[in-house]
Formats: sequence, C-alpha cells, structure tokens
Amino acid sequence: MAIKNKKLNLKDKYQYLTRDMAWEPTYQKKEDIYPDEQFEGIKITDWSQWEDPFRLTMDAYWKYQAEKEKKLYAIFDAFAQNNGHQNITDARYVNALKLFLSGVSPLEYAAFQGYARVGRQFSGAGARVACQLQAIDELRHSQTQQHAMSHYNKHFNGLHDAAHQHDRIWFLSVPKSFFDDARSAGPFEFLTAISFSFEYVLTNLLFVPFMSGAAYNGDMATVTFGFSAQSDEARHMTLGLEVIKFILEQHEDNVPIIQRWIDKWFWRGFRLLSLVGMMMDYMLPNKVMSWAEAWEVYYEQNGGALFKDLERYGIRPPKYQDVANAAKNHVSHQAWGTFYQYSQATNFHTWMPEEEEMTWLSEKYPETFDKYYRARFEHWDKEQKEGRRFYNNTLPQLCQVCQIPVIFTEKDDPSVFSHRQIKHEGERYHFCSDGCCDIFKNEPEKYIQAWLPVHQIYQGNCGGADVATVVEKYYHINLGVDNMEYHGSPDHQRWLDIKGLKPLQSNSEKKTAA
Amino acid sequence: MSVNAISEYHAEPKDRVENFNGMQLLYVYWPKHLMFCAPFALLVAPDMTFGAFVDELLKPAAAGHPDSEKADFLNAQWLLNGEAFTPDPAATLIDSGIDHKSMLTVTTPGLEGIRGSAS
Repeated sequence: MAIKNKKLNLKDKYQYLTRDMAWEPTYQKKEDIYPDEQFEGIKITDWSQWEDPFRLTMDAYWKYQAEKEKKLYAIFDAFAQNNGHQNITDARYVNALKLFLSGVSPLEYAAFQGYARVGRQFSGAGARVACQLQAIDELRHSQTQQHAMSHYNKHFNGLHDAAHQHDRIWFLSVPKSFFDDARSAGPFEFLTAISFSFEYVLTNLLFVPFMSGAAYNGDMATVTFGFSAQSDEARHMTLGLEVIKFILEQHEDNVPIIQRWIDKWFWRGFRLLSLVGMMMDYMLPNKVMSWAEAWEVYYEQNGGALFKDLERYGIRPPKYQDVANAAKNHVSHQAWGTFYQYSQATNFHTWMPEEEEMTWLSEKYPETFDKYYRARFEHWDKEQKEGRRFYNNTLPQLCQVCQIPVIFTEKDDPSVFSHRQIKHEGERYHFCSDGCCDIFKNEPEKYIQAWLPVHQIYQGNCGGADVATVVEKYYHINLGVDNMEYHGSPDHQRWLDIKGLKPLQSNSEKKTAA
Repeated sequence: MSVNAISEYHAEPKDRVENFNGMQLLYVYWPKHLMFCAPFALLVAPDMTFGAFVDELLKPAAAGHPDSEKADFLNAQWLLNGEAFTPDPAATLIDSGIDHKSMLTVTTPGLEGIRGSAS
C-alpha cells in the first residue's frame, strides 16, 4: 500500500488513536458492557459530541512526559547532591511538606485509581481515553511528589511513613474520606467532584499556595515538581470544564443533578482546603499571600466569572458560597489553633507565630485576627515560654461528613461554633455546618458508615486506649520527635546546627532522632 | 433522599452504642471558650452520676483554660441536645436523659474567655 503522507496531522492522529480504537458492539448489549453509566440518571444522547481540547494521544503523551521527567529527575539529583535542604528559609517550612506528603500525595494516588475506573466505565471513547491519560498523570504526580520530598526524609523527622499515616491519622481522614466519597460515587459524579469542582474550581487554591510557597522558601525540588506538573494540571482543568459543559449540553434533565453535585463538592472541597489555608498563613516562614487573598483571587474572582459563564446552562453558584466567602477570614486561624492543641497526635510540628508574623496576620485580617484569635495565641505563646506548652488532652467532636473537628464558627457570630445535629433512624449525628448536614441528608446511608477516628479510638479499634499508644503504635509517629512543639525539637536543633547558630538552652538534645 | 446506587444499598451505622463496650459517647460544648477548638468528645459510663461526670471528666478536660478555676459548672446554664436542662448531680447520665451521642452545652455567665475574646 502506498503511503502518501507519513506524518498524520493532529486531528487525524487523534481520530485514529482514540475514536477509531472503539467499535459498536454487536453480540453484547452496550448497557452490559458499560453497566455504571445509567444509574446516576445522567442522560448522554451523543458521545461523539465530546471534545478533547488537547486531542492528546498515547504516543504524544509518552514522548512528552518522558522528556519532562528526565529533566525533573536531573534537578532532584542536583538538589540532593548540593544539600538543597540547607537552602530553605527555615526548618519550620519542612512541616508544610510533611502535611503535603501525607495529605496530598496519597490523594494523587486515589485520583489515579478513580480515573482508571471511570476510564473504563464511559461508553464514549473520547472520554475514556482522556480519563485514562489523566489516570497516568495522577500516578506520576503521586510518585514524583514523593521523590521530590524524599530528600527531606534523610534530614528531618516525620516524613517516614506517609502512606500508612494517610490511612490512619485522625486529621488525614479528612482528605482520605473526601476522595473515598468521590470514588465510591458513580462515574459522572466522580468527574463532577474531581475534574470540575476540585480540579477546575479549587485546584489553584491547592497548587499555587504549595508551589509558590516552595518557591518563596527556597525549596527547589518541590518547585521543580510544580513546574513539571503544571502542563498536566492545565489539561486537567480544561478537561474539568469541558466535562461539565458536555454533560449539561446533552440533556436538560442533567442540570438539577449536576447542580446538586456542584453544591456538595464545592462545600466538601472548601472544607478540605482549610488545611491549605493554615499552611499558607502559619507554616510558611516566607509568606506568599494570605489565605483570604488567595480565596478572593482564585475563588471569588475566577469562580465568580466561571459561574457567570455557566448561568446559560441553568447552573447557579454553589449553595453556601456566602458562608465560604465569609469564612476566608477565619478558617486558617481556627485550623492552626486545632493542630497546635492536638500536636501530640499530628505527624508534624506546630508553633505559635513570632511577633512579626502576628503583626502580618493583624494586617491581613484586620476584621478578625485581633478580635477573635490574638488573645488565645498570645496566651499559648506565654504558656509555652513559661514551660507549660498547651495541649488539649481531650478528643474533639468530629463532623460526620467532612470529618474535621467541629471547629468552625457561625457566619454571623464568629464567637459561636456552627454545630448542627439531627436524628436519623434513632441515631444522633453531628455536623460542622449546614453544608455538611445537607450532604448527609441527601445520602444518609453513605455517611452513617463514616470511619470517624475519634469514635474508632473510643471503640478500641486503634491499638490502644491512650493517646501515646495510638500515636506511636497505630499511627507510626515518634511521639515528641516527629511532632509536638517545634521549638526545642530535634528538627529545630538540627536546623540550628546546619546554620551554625548556638544550641538551644533546653533538654532537647537527648531526644535527637536517629 | 437516599443513595443513588447501582444495586440495593444497605448500610449499618458505624457508631451504634453496642460498639462502645458498655460505654457511650457524650459531647460537651463550653461556649465563649473557643480556645478549646471544638466541643469535647468524651467516653462515659451511662450509669455514671452527673456529679461524677462534672468532677471526673469535665473539670479535667477544661483545666487548661484560665477561666476553669472560676467556672461553677454544676450551677451553670445547661442545654441537652439544644433543650433547656437542669442537671441533678446525684442522677445517672442515662436517667437524666443523656443518651448515646448526646450533646451538652454549658454556659458559665460572666466568663467570657481569654481577655473577653470568647477564646
């Protein structure tokens, strides 16, 4: 056969390598081959309308990603050889990496599993291929993040068992249950949850803070990972928007279903991002911007424009968006206060902000910081300096849905917890907000099964009855070495040694980790 | 509403009282003292007296707060699951109507948290 033109153009190549790899089944029914496509009630009339804006095919993907990865690992090697960890701003910064490694990298892996599944379940070939490629992206991201941060594991405590800890530590049930909720939903809800609500609407609030945070704090390994993942993230975001538009255009009956999922997943994502908020405001020695500023730019402005664009499909902004917008001035302080007082059970250190950081917080949060939070922080700081570092020795009440302790306050009165409770089939359930309570009421059977860490400890399912046993034996945290107060910790001591500063006047030396 | 699932969907609550080995959960919220970042979750014996609960569980839990020494919990204002409640120190929790996963709210008038900030 004579070949006229060896090189296919992008459009033809996409056609051959995606759509043409599929076929119309003749001896099996389509519903039997794709059994998960119907039950959510989403109606797809014509899968061929699916547009992949990137027209990505496996051959191009392979080549491009291999190039990127080669460069990435060259920089990781250089970083390790040059003792790059010595060039960060301050060892407190490493605690942001511990949070990322145990809280976010396992989510990349969960996303890989989720996309691999939906990459099988859609009957449209274009959607299947896009999801399969994203599955590989997510797996790569999980892997490259762990490699980027593994160098720190040689020099600092608490990075040794992130995957195990993700499945067990109380606060890591927050990100874990978020993805478990999405992955146990049908394929269309999964895409609305992860591709749209998370990747498109909220991902900038996760990646920009962590990657800019790394850049501002001299962490070249993580910054380089961020650059390497950027083109993938751009593709995921574009896909997220295309997915939602495609589903909405297919049938008007899809609109109310999608709206309910947007309401749910916006709220779940917003709650999850409380962890990022505290990281930005409290864990970065050199601060990028405040959480409130990030929320304004990436949610209120960008999200505002997005939902205006979606208006023509009959979609309105997410329910309780007003509560989330008002909370931007509170959540980071509330979350950091929580981790500070339960730091005996975290896999990283906590501390009180230094005086100039307190001033920065007052400036960035003129309406809230001095009025509601400064007094408790100054009190804790004083207690710590006088040798009575505050830890809360009683376990907290958790929200049945987001699994965060009931720490958030009312929109109209920030001095009152926004606690909600209901009875369902004779059992009492407690929530942090109307947003989480609504999610429960829509699908109670799903959330009555929640594995709430506090309740599991009290049922005796976490290896012991006291905090020390749970933390050391069940969580694999070295108590007092990996966690608790930063000042005087082995990490702090090591940092002072690296910088050639005088040793601390404390008894911390005997606790220096292996 | 209920879960939209591909087949019949049945689930058991994970936190039934039977799973707590004879004990039950009790949550306590002390308003205006948000230094404690969330309401406390306590494991209690249902036949514990209310007085013993205050002395043996609530007071130690609240001890880290500068207001705790001034707090007269037994004579404070109580809510049980959002309804007004008058505790009897001699009565057991379960006889007082405090069942599994109940929420108590205790307001101590005059105590407004650290430097009056509700902290």
